[in-house]
Amino acid sequence: MTDETAKVEELVHKEYEHGFVTDIDTDTVAPGLNEDVIALISAKKEEPEWLLEWRLDAFRHWTRMAEPAWAHVHYPPIDFQAISYYSAPKAKTDGPKSLDEVDPKLLETYEKLGIPLHEQKMLAGVAVDAVFDSVSVATTFKEKLADAGVIFCSFSEAVQNHPYLVRAYLGSVVPASDNYYAALNSAVFTDGSFCFIPKNTRCPMELSTYFRINAANTGQFERTLIVAEESSYVSYLEGCTAPMRDENQLHAAVVELVALDNAEIKYSTVQNWYPGDENGVGGIYNFVTKRGDCRGSGSRISWTQVETGSAITWKYPSCILRGDNSSGEFYSVAVTNNYQQADTGTKMIHLGRNTRSTIISKGISAGKAQNAYRGLVKISKNADNARNYTQCDSLLMGDTCGAHTFPYIETGNAGAIVEHEATTSKISDDQLFYCRQRGIDEEDAVNMIVNGFCKDVFKELPMEFAVEAQKLLNITLEGAVG
Amino acid sequence: MLTIKDLQVRIENKQILKGLDLAVNAGEVHAIMGPNGSGKSTLASVLAGRDGYDVTAGAVEYDGRDLFELSPEDRARQGIFLAFQYPVEIPGVNNIYLLKAALNAIRAHQGQPPLDAVEFLQVVRQKMQLVNMDESLLNRSVNEGFSGGEKKRNEIFQMAVLEPRLAILDETDSGLDIDALKTVAEGVNTLRNESRAIVLVTHYQRLLNYIVPDYVHVLSDGKIIRSGDRSLAVELEEKGYDWVRQGAKAA
Repeated sequence: MTDETAKVEELVHKEYEHGFVTDIDTDTVAPGLNEDVIALISAKKEEPEWLLEWRLDAFRHWTRMAEPAWAHVHYPPIDFQAISYYSAPKAKTDGPKSLDEVDPKLLETYEKLGIPLHEQKMLAGVAVDAVFDSVSVATTFKEKLADAGVIFCSFSEAVQNHPYLVRAYLGSVVPASDNYYAALNSAVFTDGSFCFIPKNTRCPMELSTYFRINAANTGQFERTLIVAEESSYVSYLEGCTAPMRDENQLHAAVVELVALDNAEIKYSTVQNWYPGDENGVGGIYNFVTKRGDCRGSGSRISWTQVETGSAITWKYPSCILRGDNSSGEFYSVAVTNNYQQADTGTKMIHLGRNTRSTIISKGISAGKAQNAYRGLVKISKNADNARNYTQCDSLLMGDTCGAHTFPYIETGNAGAIVEHEATTSKISDDQLFYCRQRGIDEEDAVNMIVNGFCKDVFKELPMEFAVEAQKLLNITLEGAVG
Repeated sequence: MLTIKDLQVRIENKQILKGLDLAVNAGEVHAIMGPNGSGKSTLASVLAGRDGYDVTAGAVEYDGRDLFELSPEDRARQGIFLAFQYPVEIPGVNNIYLLKAALNAIRAHQGQPPLDAVEFLQVVRQKMQLVNMDESLLNRSVNEGFSGGEKKRNEIFQMAVLEPRLAILDETDSGLDIDALKTVAEGVNTLRNESRAIVLVTHYQRLLNYIVPDYVHVLSDGKIIRSGDRSLAVELEEKGYDWVRQGAKAA
């Protein structure tokens, strides 16, 4: 411990920037979960019969499943009956047909978050779907995307307008019974984004969804489904925030990606859910299942995630490398401070021949936080010439945090080449002093060193996101010098 | 510019400096020589503000201010530069990015606007020639994979860009072959001027063949036991440190 620690303690108290609550009338279902609630959600969304059946089936699975306990995270048992499973801003009419009909207060919220939907509509750039509590509020750039044949809309709209597509792909990557939280999500999911890129189409812009939890005692269970047909390309960004609350809130999302022959999906996440306060009170439980299926030959899926928020993060964006010559990539920065806990990593399942996967994981721990990398590289018997390269680096700040690495490697094919490198390091006093001796203050020096540590991941993010990720990282670690 | 009076410094429970006096004026070059363990590097570290050193007695004034009231970064912003004996590697942080942040922090302290990328590059290009820096080193991570000579050269290059008023060079000559030593020395010589003071901390006389000091001080067992001009260093080279030590005892 250096005498800098005292100063550090003072600096740690940086407030969560997005912790405001929007005062808006909501239509919220009473807490509790049973088949009637699911039927109610389904009815509110005017869903077809098959979808209700699918939900109920998932629910029945869920009731027979046990909450997983293997993750390196600790929290009191969740009372699933105390959560409200549906909360929507009360619509003045039957629901917004265009941005002009969206409640101005909602638009204001998104502007505060830095996503002005109005402007986005004007400026060429990123198409945004914004999900507020349980429902999708607005999707920008719909017309321009439609010209290219790209479907990008809320999940609810997709159910209404493209039922065949939804039915063909929903649950085809993450089955409803896949795991405890995926089953829960399948039963109660309320909205999310749907995206379909037709054959030989390069999506003309970045697609983006912004998720926000606003109402108290609600869970957010969104579902994202992206289908890239043969030889298409899409880059998709996801951002998340929530107000500051003393209670923990559950976020259990499912993301499914399907890439057909020679298609490429690039999925980037900047996750900044409320992490709880410096004593570990409140914060989001982020229990998410994300999986991509490289179904076609030569297909490619890459996950890039910057995880700075949430009280607990439990997520393993994975790739099933089914098609021959397909490749999967996972680039991750997970930052935990104060009492945050993260158990995150990836699974690369090599099924096809000549499949390749790359895993670059950077975990940063400060305060009393626990940060675990958990990854599985599985090479099946028929996956000739499979290659994997894994690099896991942990950076510890201070001496009260922890970093853990749980790599699992299963190879069923003798020809596979699997490499794993792991390091654990600390920001050294020497590095800090070097920067300070050059006139750079401690805060900036830490940011610089940490950003340097994350460089290999940040360079995978689209430009605007990389800048935001860096800022978030700096805020999360403010003062956390050891 | 710099006045050190009766400086006593301890690391953990070991007394390293035992009453050191030194006065350095603008425009002067001082060489502090001494055998291993005499406290040379401790002096350099204490002046720059490194953690882990206990100042138990004495005072250091820099430009009339108590140096110990200033944080390391404030000392740097007020013109104190330390060329490190062992420059540390910082993976992923661009060499030139660190330097730009440093220069702009110093400029901000002086009330000057930050340099933009173009202006900064102009400064960099010009200073690079001083130490014969390879341009490829600019965009590499700070000191990562640099050879010993490249690291030392990088230190002098940073010094050239940051234009300190008081530069402390901690064993900058160690680990350099003769060509690298000459290049580094030439760089330092071009940075000598009337408003800048330079303190060279070194074990060997060799460096002083190329950077000719105005004053030479011999540090032994935590005190300056003898001061003189350049001839002292030459004599020291011939007769060894024992000769001065015995001289000090006799006196």
